[in-house]
Amino acid sequence: MSKLYTGAEIVFKCLEDQEVEYIFGYPGGAVLPIYDELKNHSSIKHILVRHEQGAGHAAEGYARSSGKPGVVLVTSGPGATNVVTALTDAYMDSIPLVCISGQVPTHLIGTDAFQECDTTGITRPCTKHNWLVKDIKELPKVMHEAFKVATTGRPGPVLIDIPKDIQFAKTNYTKFKKEKKLNGKIHNKFSEDEINQLIDLILKAKKPVVYTGGGVINSGPQASETLKEFVRLIGFPITSTLQGLGAFPGDDNQFIGMLGMHGTYEANNAMHDCDLLINIGARFDDRITGKIDEFSPKSKKVHIDIDPSSINKIIKVDLAIVGDVNEVIKSAIKKIDKKQNGLKDSNKQRISKWWEQIQKWRTKDSLGFINSDKEIKPQHAVKRLYELTKNQDTFITTEVGQHQMWAAQHYKFNKPNRWMTSGGLGTMGYGLPAAVGVQIAHPDKLVIDIAGEASVLMTIQEMSTAVQYNLPIKIFILNNQYMGMVRQWQELLHEKNYSESYSEALPDFVKLAEAYGCKGIKADNPDELDDKIKEMIDYKGPVIFDCHVDPNENCFPMIPSGKPHNQMILGPSDKEENKITGKGKSLV
Amino acid sequence: MSSPKSAYSIPTKKGKLDTHIFVVWVDNESGVLARVVGLFSGRGYNIESLAVAEVDATKNISRITIVTTGTPQVIDQIKLQLKKLVPVHKVADFKREDKNVIFKEMALLKIVAQKKKIDKCLKECKKFNPVILDKTNKSVVIQITALRREIDKMSRKLKPYGLTSTSRTGAIAMTRGAQTFK
Repeated sequence: MSKLYTGAEIVFKCLEDQEVEYIFGYPGGAVLPIYDELKNHSSIKHILVRHEQGAGHAAEGYARSSGKPGVVLVTSGPGATNVVTALTDAYMDSIPLVCISGQVPTHLIGTDAFQECDTTGITRPCTKHNWLVKDIKELPKVMHEAFKVATTGRPGPVLIDIPKDIQFAKTNYTKFKKEKKLNGKIHNKFSEDEINQLIDLILKAKKPVVYTGGGVINSGPQASETLKEFVRLIGFPITSTLQGLGAFPGDDNQFIGMLGMHGTYEANNAMHDCDLLINIGARFDDRITGKIDEFSPKSKKVHIDIDPSSINKIIKVDLAIVGDVNEVIKSAIKKIDKKQNGLKDSNKQRISKWWEQIQKWRTKDSLGFINSDKEIKPQHAVKRLYELTKNQDTFITTEVGQHQMWAAQHYKFNKPNRWMTSGGLGTMGYGLPAAVGVQIAHPDKLVIDIAGEASVLMTIQEMSTAVQYNLPIKIFILNNQYMGMVRQWQELLHEKNYSESYSEALPDFVKLAEAYGCKGIKADNPDELDDKIKEMIDYKGPVIFDCHVDPNENCFPMIPSGKPHNQMILGPSDKEENKITGKGKSLV
Repeated sequence: MSSPKSAYSIPTKKGKLDTHIFVVWVDNESGVLARVVGLFSGRGYNIESLAVAEVDATKNISRITIVTTGTPQVIDQIKLQLKKLVPVHKVADFKREDKNVIFKEMALLKIVAQKKKIDKCLKECKKFNPVILDKTNKSVVIQITALRREIDKMSRKLKPYGLTSTSRTGAIAMTRGAQTFK
């Protein structure tokens, strides 16, 4: 008879077979048997966080920057409920997470036992799938199935709830063989005919635009390479969603900036006026489309996505290609190479007028702002941060709010997996723990969380984690003392009624940094900004950088409520078009 | 609506609603019904009726029949979202008007009345295959199978004859002819 293993041992055997190197977690009563087993598995390192939400976001940061699934280990009851925000965040942004939660022993389930909650019930709507393991014999199968579900198709979080008695119970374990070709619920059966139709549309378009999203990043680094080749081949302008930044080089001339609510003038106008829209791995989110009825009214629309339920969910498309982004564009390139010699030149000619129009829009310089020599402008701070870090491979995470949009607008990403931000759920407090996870995956790289002072306070406790594991993350806080995005909306849309958006008491972030055992730097003068940023980068350890910025700065351009793409509010440097006051007021 | 202020997305006109019947084959495991029903409530889809039971004990397959209404776009979404659920094997979707599909509901009707009225009730029920499941001097329990509208109509009709209690199932469906849904 083969050797019997306990449930806790099987958890680790499965993690080893899945080549897991790190788990992010927090111990508690119902997972103690698993924690007891940790010492026997040296290939797996446990990162002790300070709050389970932090574990979830750290695992997300790890997953997004490395392409591997993030693994989370939490206890029952509050451990599980604390991780719900991170699971929902991962679900919205399609990040592969495997969360293992302890549960009270099976005979106590349903009795309102200490630290009991209906974990699978609570997490059902925020995971791709979840399991409550009631029979030890099921455990190995469930563990491997969980990794498969999390990482295949459109990725997402899964949760395995393991009662304490199951962690002690014994069964045998047969080594897991990774399937070469994963099937199940993934869809990659696009047809040649669909590719032909795509190429026909490409050849006819006079005003085309490519609109890419997080699906390109999720398809793997190879997909970004393929995308680059594809876009250069067809010569079309390309815009990206918040999640897709980095898939195509941000400083390339064909890249017309981010689109959507705070996207560039040229990107949004191109979306509105185009005659062919190729959506690659994006999902027509409401921050992208603006008013649905007037969204890109004149275009033929193509949607390439691995998730069939994304197609026609918001916007009806003319051609849907369900498949892995990389595979689809690869076969499109192949087809073009085979059939069309000189396509590059003919395309260039056909769309040259369109490019002229885009250049005209570009001259608006919609990301422009009026700089100051007295106060640090937040956009200026992000720009300087970019200039001073672009010579090295830098990973950026953000919290949620104005600073996030400024980071997306002014920091240029040239590679995928370098940009980690909470887009779908918009979770304040995401960036700091995510930076912890990114630094774990890339110990020698520069990892910066571009933060707001309100957001960062939501998960500031994870600085303690960073110090414990010697993670030199840099927390770059654009401190304007307001929940800036809330303040901006109140200014523009609620008659400047700044209801509860000002933080009357804030900690001294320098002292806070010192209290955690890391370095604190404060800057409030534009003259000293560069030197202090350099000081931050050069410091070999975690830093909290308290950058005091103009508290009244707004994030522009902006598509106001219920408006289509071509009715943007531009910034103050474009007074003529500035529709915040007077007649424009009735617009918003 | 008064000025929408910071409303970013403003609802657009709703299209015409169709009634559809979804048949979903799922693994019969704990929580599977909650997943299906939770998908409907979570995404704001409607459930008019629901019927579920295991149909294959060896393969552990249950068959869920859901009657729902929605715009064509929503109906499409429901189908695609259902297919994404891990324990779901296949999803069939029929329009209620579809002549190739049989829809049936069952109802149990308890009538408390004099014999004369009870006989009248039985006569009324005749075309819906009435089966008398229980009979006393003063009462009768009748089982009928029919379409939803027909049962609604019967309920109303039998009220004056002493109908005191109605229990009914959700609709179940099956295609006509030799072929099965793959």
